[in-house]
Amino acid sequence: MALGIIWDSLPRLLNGMLVTIQVTGISVVIGLCLAVPLALMRVSRNPFCRIPVYGFIFYFRGTPLLVQIFLIYYGSGQFQDALSQLGLWTFFREAYFCAVLSLTLNTAAYTAEILRGAIQAVPWGEVEAARACGMSGLLLQRRIILPKAFRLAWPAYTNEVVFLLQASSLVSIITLMDITGVARVIAARTFAFYELFITAALIYLVLVYGLIWVFRKIEYRISGHLRGAPDSSPGNVL
Amino acid sequence: MIDLQGYGWLLLKGAQLTILVGLASMVIAVLLGLLGSWGKLSANRIARMLAGTYTTVIRGIPELVLILLVYYGVPTLIQDLSAAAGREILVDLNPFTAGVGTIGFIYGAFATEVFRGAYLAVPKGQIEAARAMGMSTSMTFLRITLPQMWRFALPGLGNVWMVLIKATALISVIQLPELMRNADIASRATRMPFTFYFMASLLYLVITIASMMLQQKAETWAGRGVRKD
Repeated sequence: MALGIIWDSLPRLLNGMLVTIQVTGISVVIGLCLAVPLALMRVSRNPFCRIPVYGFIFYFRGTPLLVQIFLIYYGSGQFQDALSQLGLWTFFREAYFCAVLSLTLNTAAYTAEILRGAIQAVPWGEVEAARACGMSGLLLQRRIILPKAFRLAWPAYTNEVVFLLQASSLVSIITLMDITGVARVIAARTFAFYELFITAALIYLVLVYGLIWVFRKIEYRISGHLRGAPDSSPGNVL
Repeated sequence: MIDLQGYGWLLLKGAQLTILVGLASMVIAVLLGLLGSWGKLSANRIARMLAGTYTTVIRGIPELVLILLVYYGVPTLIQDLSAAAGREILVDLNPFTAGVGTIGFIYGAFATEVFRGAYLAVPKGQIEAARAMGMSTSMTFLRITLPQMWRFALPGLGNVWMVLIKATALISVIQLPELMRNADIASRATRMPFTFYFMASLLYLVITIASMMLQQKAETWAGRGVRKD
């Protein structure tokens, strides 16, 4: 056991941790912003809205993330000329951009599917009541359906964010220096394979369970109305 | 039709290995899942703790890190340990064993939760009835609990399989010539990365769709004894 190597590489691993958090964070935020309209289109009655979104979700959920990353990072090279003309090649040349793009699209598809289930689980009575109060269209979505759907979707969404955090380790394959990337580079140089990968695994464990803890806290906050009222009968004071 | 420049067969061979790797890992995952759920539900505190640690730790570590840890780390760990013990043991894991073992080990943790839920879904009264008929614990398990567990576990196991088959793409990182790795080889040789990765993704989609259809069939089969209204 080469504890010295672990100690020496800790600063770089923590740097890698920042990259992991950054890549995951950006993808989660943009992915969620994309997922809401996608989910609404997915449940729409208009087939021109529904079918393309269904195809998008099916493709991104049915293929491995690694293929998606390679398709965007290496695959874009096949269209270098066209992309250069559009001025997009400067983006697709960057591994960081491609990594974030593929993670974002991937999580958008999974999140849209989670939200779809939640939107369809919103009780009909609530929608009818809102309509009876004169709400319709976006107002109904914004005030009644989406808030309710988010609460219903939260536990599943927690899982999705945890999966994305772990899946972000794949960006190391296209040269990004996240936790896994740093561990691989140092391990290849020092031959301290298990020491570094175990350290990396421990950092991921801390991140994952920290994230779950935060999401559980939020879940507790947003489900206050589902808990019983605190017992405030006079006999209970002492 | 897209010209694959003669590399189409390479992709198909890769897909074949992907399915093989997936099935082999699934067998390991199911066995570990049964063992793990037995541990989780066991009255023995040590077994409960071991199973709990297994599922908690595995679900918190990325698959890629575990694959790298097993493929590169385990041989060096064994060498270091044997050197410390004054002996020299050289271990060389091949990518197939390392990949199948790791993927199976990871998804065993997910299967554990599935089987645990399935076991709890079998009505208690039936187990009591079986005991009252004089069946031993193991016979009760084999004749009463296990056949019904399949029915409750199938939807969950189907999900595990879908995630698992996609996770096998990661074994390409340790150079196992499965679908992803072969697409990589073909795209480098032809300089048509988009074409080949896209074809590979379509093959994964085909596997997914076929699995979904098989799962439907299997669920109908497992639920054949249940009355439908």
